[in-house]
Amino acid sequence: MSWNWIFKMAWRDSRSNRRKLFLYMAAIIVGVAAQVAITSFRVNLNESIGNQAKELLGADLEVDRSAPLQPEVQAYLDSLSSDQARMLSFSSMAYFPKNGITRLSQIMALEPEFPYYGTIETNPLEAANQYTSQSGALIDQSILQQFDLTVGDSVKIGLVTYEIIGGIIDIPGQSMANTFLGPRVIIPYENVEETGLLERGSRLEYTTFVKYQPGTDPELVVEDLDAMRDSLSFGFDDVAERQDEVGEAIIYLSNFLNLIGFIALLLGGIGVASSIFVYVRQKIATVAVLRCMGASSNQALMIYLIQATAMGFVGSLLGAALGTIIQLYLPVLVQDFIPVDIELFISWSSVAIGLITGVAISVLFALIPLLAVRKISPLFTLRSVQVNLLGLLNLSTKTILTIVVALGVTGYAWIMLLDLQAAVFFTLGLSICLLLLAGFAVLIMKAARKFIPSGLNYEWRQGLANLYRPNNQTSTLLLTFGLGVTLISSLYLTQDLLIGTIDFEGEEDLPNLAFFDIQFDQNEGVNQIIADNGLEVMQNVPIVTMRLQSLQGREVQEILNDTNRVAERWALNREYRSTYRDSLVETETLQEGEFISEFNTFGEPVPVSVSTDLMGDLGVEIGDTLVWDVQGIPIESYIASTRLVNWQTPQPNFFVVFPSGILEQAPQFFATTVNTTSKDISLKLQRDIVLAYPNVSAIDVGQIVGTLREFLDRVTFVIQFIGLFSIITGLIVLAGSAATSRFQRIRESVLLRTLGARQRQVVRIQIIEYAFLGIIAAFIGLLLSLGSTALIGYFYFDIEFVPNFTILAIEVVILIGLVLFIGLMNTRGIHSKPPLEILRQEA
Amino acid sequence: MSKILEVKELSRVFKSGSRELTVVNNISFEIEEGTTCAIVGPSGSGKTTLLGLCAGLDRPTSGVVNLTGTTINSLSEDERAQVRNQHVGFVFQTFQLVPTLTALENVMVPLELRGEATSEVKANAQELLTEVGLGDRMDHYPTQLSGGEQQRVAIARAFINQPKILFADEPTGNLDTETGEHIEELIFNLNKNKQTTLVMVTHDIELANQCDRIIRLKNGKVESDELVRRTNAEVAG
Repeated sequence: MSWNWIFKMAWRDSRSNRRKLFLYMAAIIVGVAAQVAITSFRVNLNESIGNQAKELLGADLEVDRSAPLQPEVQAYLDSLSSDQARMLSFSSMAYFPKNGITRLSQIMALEPEFPYYGTIETNPLEAANQYTSQSGALIDQSILQQFDLTVGDSVKIGLVTYEIIGGIIDIPGQSMANTFLGPRVIIPYENVEETGLLERGSRLEYTTFVKYQPGTDPELVVEDLDAMRDSLSFGFDDVAERQDEVGEAIIYLSNFLNLIGFIALLLGGIGVASSIFVYVRQKIATVAVLRCMGASSNQALMIYLIQATAMGFVGSLLGAALGTIIQLYLPVLVQDFIPVDIELFISWSSVAIGLITGVAISVLFALIPLLAVRKISPLFTLRSVQVNLLGLLNLSTKTILTIVVALGVTGYAWIMLLDLQAAVFFTLGLSICLLLLAGFAVLIMKAARKFIPSGLNYEWRQGLANLYRPNNQTSTLLLTFGLGVTLISSLYLTQDLLIGTIDFEGEEDLPNLAFFDIQFDQNEGVNQIIADNGLEVMQNVPIVTMRLQSLQGREVQEILNDTNRVAERWALNREYRSTYRDSLVETETLQEGEFISEFNTFGEPVPVSVSTDLMGDLGVEIGDTLVWDVQGIPIESYIASTRLVNWQTPQPNFFVVFPSGILEQAPQFFATTVNTTSKDISLKLQRDIVLAYPNVSAIDVGQIVGTLREFLDRVTFVIQFIGLFSIITGLIVLAGSAATSRFQRIRESVLLRTLGARQRQVVRIQIIEYAFLGIIAAFIGLLLSLGSTALIGYFYFDIEFVPNFTILAIEVVILIGLVLFIGLMNTRGIHSKPPLEILRQEA
Repeated sequence: MSKILEVKELSRVFKSGSRELTVVNNISFEIEEGTTCAIVGPSGSGKTTLLGLCAGLDRPTSGVVNLTGTTINSLSEDERAQVRNQHVGFVFQTFQLVPTLTALENVMVPLELRGEATSEVKANAQELLTEVGLGDRMDHYPTQLSGGEQQRVAIARAFINQPKILFADEPTGNLDTETGEHIEELIFNLNKNKQTTLVMVTHDIELANQCDRIIRLKNGKVESDELVRRTNAEVAG
């Protein structure tokens, strides 16, 4: 084979077609850009996490418990190192006297030795070292700005008023997402008791940070602590574990983004196939002449394979460059969710992977039309023949190609998702979509052939007949457009599905302000303040704290030591906050058994109702007995009913509900909910209550929903940003389909015009054909995306999918708009010029 | 004089659904080297199909084609391409130039395909293009040339590999009378100078009459096969 000539011919032959080939390149550019951006970003992140591993914790070891550490644990830590820093953290209201604002905050009482690695970044810089010596507080910088506070103003936590020494910019190991539950306030550890908040029912977390002595073996420490945890309850984290946790979270994040990016690349692949189809179809005459002159079938194939590979390479190169630029922007999008500073560098391995996959996908998808080149007969020089390229390939070639493409897609998905099963399902799902679309195409062609009413006018008959005539676009358009719609629409619907589960705003009969930690002796007072503000108490729920003592006669400790246990550690160990009442509330539905409203027989097991999720995590059934340690007093109970609880509502919900008549005399505190009519009233009520009872915490639902929405908006933006790649590629593929159809139909239009058809008639015929195809493809695509999203919701997120018809309606309108646009673009220029001129241009 | 083309009991049947259409029906003839032969007949008589079969562009349903001493119907598609590249030139009614190549590059293709040195090939092509009167249009693309000019490029391309046999399919069919006459003259002159055998399909009886021999086809069969003048070889002899 004369390679010299083949390369020369490939170069010469591409001369006048490079502009047309740009469509093909564009799809690859966008697909590769998405891939390179995401994989580079992942490499950057992992590298950053590796470099900043110790700063993820601020120490070598962190041990925590909801009570002071047991003496045995403390003694062990003392044996490790004397470099220890303690932290006591809890939620409480912060009150800012300057403007009278109160806000539920995360209080961290810290010893000044923390952090051992990294620094607490503050504004001003020296504030991090001064807050202890000056007995002041550090508060999230964003809150200082939001509440118009400056250094020197004060904040009241419980009974103590602190001077604000500085704003917190960054704490080692925390991301901005940590401020989601409320602003962070750092106060000195030494006088935290003076706040008066430690005894009043707040949930406290005692943490000790340890810096190892040189020569400490971290793995040995983990083993020792694991062994101690068999009999003592506490939690711990070391650098390696934290690094794994953060790394794992990032893998999930980047896997998800990768999947979306992969869709862009796959659409790119389809774009390649459809562009090369158009291209090869235009080259049939040239190939026939070359074959006539004596070029072998392989030489002819190689000319176009070289062109496709070169275009794939150039496209991938441009895509990799674009992806590297986009990668610089990605950290801006996600920095708030990630507890490390992302160090940016060009990841050459990602660029290489992007280039290789870009070229591979180009060649793989281009091969389908290209192999047909080998079958172009020199006889076509003597007779102009309408060739069906795919028809030129024999069954075995098609089968082998399909298997290679399927293996390629699965292999790539496997590399991206790191999960073979998921990759196989991905390919299977995609294949099913394609088969369904192909099936619909056949159905539509058959139906059009059989059912076009002869009474229709000429334009309608012609437009609809174009659906099944030789060289029709039905299959190609349905496959590319339909698949594009399926993929992109699934993305949107999944996003909507996730957001929908946490969006409870705008439901007016729900409370929007909740007060927690109201002590027994404060309950009347709080209710009075609410009444004085002209508001009504919606719920006033008693809460009794208790722990599980035994389950079905087995002590909790015994179960914990059992390696074969079904029950989850958290469910056995946690401090339960239960309530008692005589009926179900609206966020609950009875699943099994009978809800007992009242029970007065002391000494008998109490019939309790357990939430369905806790049933699973405890591994229990209706009728099982549970003994509760209610602040020193054992209370025996049995499970009388199970409730399905909708946790995604702002009301207080409970794992365990007791009937009335048993817990009334137990030590308890209250949670109260109110529906306030305005933001001002809400702020005033919070201020009044916090000033009177500093230990009471207020959760402003409007505030939380606002923060949540802001948080979700950012997450959504990241997803949409990556999703945008798919949409752009999808549009390019659509443009490719349009180009195919333009080439296909242009001769027919010219012929009709030559025979005297008016411009309007020709335009109508085309619009009818494409509008029909487009609308059908859009509907089928949407239908498939509804199915796939329901499956994703069911299998992946365990959420029931309720389609959002507004989104669907918007999609349908946009798609029909697109179809009409394509239809009109397709006919542009054909009608204003004389037929002969068009034939010369397009030939 | 040796036989350059031998056709024995050649048939070509096309199938369309359950119908069979015999376009070439049991045709046999021989063509001697250095002669000119016209194949004439009404539309649908099988002229172009016969030409395609003789040139190895298509496979017969039955029968044998022996071209330049090689039985081509037993060869693979690529082997036949090799035979065409070595021994055959083509001139088509629709010119069939590669639109993305310049006039010069179009002419160079057959020799470049053989892997011959570019400088020599280029010199040859330039010489031939000058010979056909296109010395000043070598860098033009087909769309920038008139029909007559395009056909002259095609003729230059047909002769560049010094073919033993030239197949022409209605070479003047797409041209006006005057241009057509120029092209006829060019083909016959070059054919004579390069001592090539010419097999030409045409409707044009005047054009056919310039050949040594006329084979008339009707309904896929040879209706008549007559010598109209003494062959070039005989004249030379």
